[in-house]
Amino acid sequence: MKVKLRNPDRVVEVAGPRNVTTLLRELQIVPEAVLVIRDSTLLTRDEALDDDDELEVRPVLSGGSS
Amino acid sequence: MKCKVCREHAVVDIRRHNAAFCRTHFLTHISNQVAKTIKEFEMFSAADRLLLAVSGGKDSLALWDVLLDLGYDTTGFYLDLGIGGYSTRSKEASIAYAETKGAKLIVRSLSDEHGYTVPELAQLTGRVPCSGCGLNKRYEFNRAALEEGFDILVTGHNLDDEVATLFGNVLHWNVDMLGRQAPVLDERLLASGGEAKTVMVKKVKPLVKIAERETAAYALLKGIDYVVEECPMVEGNTQHRYKEAITLLEEASPGTKSQMYFGFLKKAAPRFETTADAVELAACMSCGSVTIAVETGDPLCSFCRTKSLALKRKERGIPGPASKRRKR
Repeated sequence: MKVKLRNPDRVVEVAGPRNVTTLLRELQIVPEAVLVIRDSTLLTRDEALDDDDELEVRPVLSGGSS
Repeated sequence: MKCKVCREHAVVDIRRHNAAFCRTHFLTHISNQVAKTIKEFEMFSAADRLLLAVSGGKDSLALWDVLLDLGYDTTGFYLDLGIGGYSTRSKEASIAYAETKGAKLIVRSLSDEHGYTVPELAQLTGRVPCSGCGLNKRYEFNRAALEEGFDILVTGHNLDDEVATLFGNVLHWNVDMLGRQAPVLDERLLASGGEAKTVMVKKVKPLVKIAERETAAYALLKGIDYVVEECPMVEGNTQHRYKEAITLLEEASPGTKSQMYFGFLKKAAPRFETTADAVELAACMSCGSVTIAVETGDPLCSFCRTKSLALKRKERGIPGPASKRRKR
């Protein structure tokens, strides 16, 4: 599957099938720090993923001044 | 996962609530949480005119959306910080959202108002970029609210923001700041010509019960086209490091962030209030804004002091000291 990552924008290939939790574990991403998006909607941690899926893993933690 | 409410397919899980929601019930959940926060902390009423600080990011645009849907009279305020293409895209996102909703948006520019941008300010004064940015935003938000006659200044600070700030204040035992960390900061008055004059508008944070991941989910599910990219000046930002550390704790023990922040408000914050109240306030000799400078004998507030230094160095063509920004 194709996985788009942000900051900086890039795309990585990950073999399927698997679920969101195992995908994020392989990418060493903390699930609480991201949204996983497929076809403009959100996926929960147990959602199954296929080889031909196109996903975006979008970070949600912003920094800066408060 | 199934939606906690309707048992349909869920799209968002919130582990600290041990719940998952479908799109419809997640959006309702967020709206209800914001409405509950506004009521619980007595933030404002339907009669108040609200000025919302808008950055073009997920938190402020999601909050604007919720407040408008709840029927509050909410005007956006966008401050152009002059951070290259990032500021351009942030401004475009804010304007586009306002146009979509038919909402009022005030746009000002730091460069037009004061003669410098955030990158220039960091270069001229040696301040960490986020520190100078925060100082100028807080000043300009308050000034705009006063000048435009708004009752309440609203910001999109979420649960993660508040926990990270609390974490930093505890790490460094900033007791003055601990005494002033609250979802509501009441307006501040100063005597002027025998009358009490408002120098700081009441500030409120309706997103304190909502985690950053949830504001992002709300924005995405509502089709709000927010700026996803991170500010290019944020690299090495302390607040961001704290958030990363706290998120690891939250992942291992869901509910940690909420327990830390709301436990602080209930059990610890009152112990620091006297420290904050003991600070003597005075009017800045230059702008009239509130300052604690009387204690140090300095007649200027920190904003005017920083601005004066920056403009002097800019006029003389002095590049200033290197910024103290650290690399991660």
